[in-house]
Amino acid sequence: MGIRERLSGNEAAATAMKQINPDVVAAFPITPSTEIPQYFSTFVDNGQVDTEFVAVESEHSAMSACIGAEAAGARAMTATSANGLSLMWEMIYIASSLRLPIVMSLVNRAVSGPLNIHNDHSDAMGARDSGWIQIFSETNQEAYDNLIMAHRIAENKNVMLPLMVCQDGFITSHSIENIELIEDEKVKEFVGEYHPEHYLLNKKEPIAIGPLDVQTYLFEHKYGQAEAMRNAKQVILDVAKDFEKMTGRKYGLFEEYKLDDAEIAIVCMNSTAGTTKEVVDDLREKGIKAGLLKIRVFRPFPAEEVAKALSHLKAVAILDKADSVNGAGGALFEDVTSAMYINKDNVLASSYVYGIGGRDTTTKEIESVFNDLIEDSKKDKIENPYRYLGLRKE
Amino acid sequence: MAYNMKEIVAQKPSRFTSGHRMCAGCGAPPVARMILRALKPEDHAVIANATGCMEVSSFIYPYTAWTDSYIHTAFECAAATLSGAEAAYKSMKKQGKLPNDEHTKFIAFGGDGGTYDIGIQSLSGAMERGHDMTYVCYDNGAYMNTGIQRSSATPKFADTTTSPAGSVIPGKMQSRKDLTEIMEAHHLPYVAQTIAYMNFKDLYEKAEKAIYTEGPTFLNVLSPCPRGWGYPTEDLMTINKLAVETCYWPLYEIENGKYKITYKPAKKLPIEEFLKPQKRFRHMFKPGNEWMIEEFQKEVDRRWEDLLRLEEMSNKE
Repeated sequence: MGIRERLSGNEAAATAMKQINPDVVAAFPITPSTEIPQYFSTFVDNGQVDTEFVAVESEHSAMSACIGAEAAGARAMTATSANGLSLMWEMIYIASSLRLPIVMSLVNRAVSGPLNIHNDHSDAMGARDSGWIQIFSETNQEAYDNLIMAHRIAENKNVMLPLMVCQDGFITSHSIENIELIEDEKVKEFVGEYHPEHYLLNKKEPIAIGPLDVQTYLFEHKYGQAEAMRNAKQVILDVAKDFEKMTGRKYGLFEEYKLDDAEIAIVCMNSTAGTTKEVVDDLREKGIKAGLLKIRVFRPFPAEEVAKALSHLKAVAILDKADSVNGAGGALFEDVTSAMYINKDNVLASSYVYGIGGRDTTTKEIESVFNDLIEDSKKDKIENPYRYLGLRKE
Repeated sequence: MAYNMKEIVAQKPSRFTSGHRMCAGCGAPPVARMILRALKPEDHAVIANATGCMEVSSFIYPYTAWTDSYIHTAFECAAATLSGAEAAYKSMKKQGKLPNDEHTKFIAFGGDGGTYDIGIQSLSGAMERGHDMTYVCYDNGAYMNTGIQRSSATPKFADTTTSPAGSVIPGKMQSRKDLTEIMEAHHLPYVAQTIAYMNFKDLYEKAEKAIYTEGPTFLNVLSPCPRGWGYPTEDLMTINKLAVETCYWPLYEIENGKYKITYKPAKKLPIEEFLKPQKRFRHMFKPGNEWMIEEFQKEVDRRWEDLLRLEEMSNKE
């Protein structure tokens, strides 16, 4: 059985990285993910890992160095948040287009401006079309488990895409929770060694990476990325199955919590799922058939599966911890409702933007969403689909 | 062994092939080719290239002119990209994941846009971190790839598309940034300024020293651009010669803080000799604009005197 510990989300991520023992880590500090490279530097300087730690001068260089390292044939990892990811923006697209399975720990935080160091998902949502696999984590345990599974997914021959594991800044990154760690040897065996097919340091086969790719080829290369992203769905499930065999912990593309027989439900990601579960339990005691669908894998988006899982509901609320500022609801709302439309779901749906800039989201507020859904169901229509939760009205 | 260009060319086949699409009369390809010839034939190289003329003309999918391993990511981060590859090498070598008897050298190429300007942060960071790599700036004094816009390497008064020689403002109004000195301020083990001149001797020898000095090293190589500078393509080598003989582009190296001017013209030519054959300076020769040439000459003289002083000072016991 695993090792019982008490760790913060950042410690959990750094511990996973230590056990993975990547060849290169390049990172630049930014709140709230700073602790990850801090802890990791200690592992490096105390000889607990074989990693070269590249203490770069910016996040742009962090991602550039990860690209150089991964292309050279190494396993490369990084960690960042918010503006750090924004500064990487140019390079994250290049990482995915060069098909380099870099793994990032993204501790979600509001992107400036104005400056705010607290949690929302605007950083991850900005990268949703970048060609990175995005996996979200409700708890410290999930942040750890998702990182342990990351390389097996990203490096799969049918995938070869970079992957980011997201967790909520401060809410999980700085909260200490009970966690069950896997033994070092088991992780090593599970993650396995990385043997890239082509790499810069292979003297026997010099290669050129990152061409000028004109009209004749770019479309097909981009299609290759899209195919790889589609392939990732099955690979994520296969790796989860192996992970379950090792740990007994079961993971899917999303988690359904009391959703089977639910009439109303919330869809959300990361730590808010924990708050929602508490409310669902309370409502169930009162005889209200409430449920939750927690998205774990946001990219690739499990459209068909999500639509199917929600199709029996009367009403659903999709919670976005980032405002797309588009006048038409958050990113998760758009994805979920498009999927439901294609699946011909006849379910009332509404968008809730919530928790911006670390605004606390209480059980009371989640309960108010369920109350809205009850009202919507009674009326059998949605009058105001684009809603805000926890916003001061004055 | 004394430098012999014929022997070097015979013994070391070009690692940068023909068939690339750089312009006739461009200074960059001979520079890249000669620098790569400074590699030991048995050594592998990983080359990083910043976005720019050299990159878009040498690696157009599915063709490449590079026989070594090569990576291009973006405009401003050739140094950071290469630093990652070098870190991978160190890590994998240490772990026994790479053959013990193989050696890989790391060389970055960037134009003045990718080096003096948008890439200076990435370059400064990589050099300060001490990666074992050589960064080569092929300086053609403007953003040539996008159509001759001024850079911080553009000389004063030059006519570019974003500093046009207008009726009120006669070209670029600022002096050129001295990147070689900025790199020296990083206290690198080896920094040099060179050019393709005198059978490439200066270039070759400095490249060899840079590549085989352990740690971060930097080469600043002036590489004329026929389109941006406005000279006939066949005059490339003459322009190179005039850049050196007028002391516009002094050839020198700094080894662990010690300056050495590797070529001192017996008779320093007036700057007009360098300016006159280039269309970008044409307006300086209009009647009434003599002051521009005078000012240009003064700046060249001042920098040359400074360099002579630095050489003297740094070699004092």
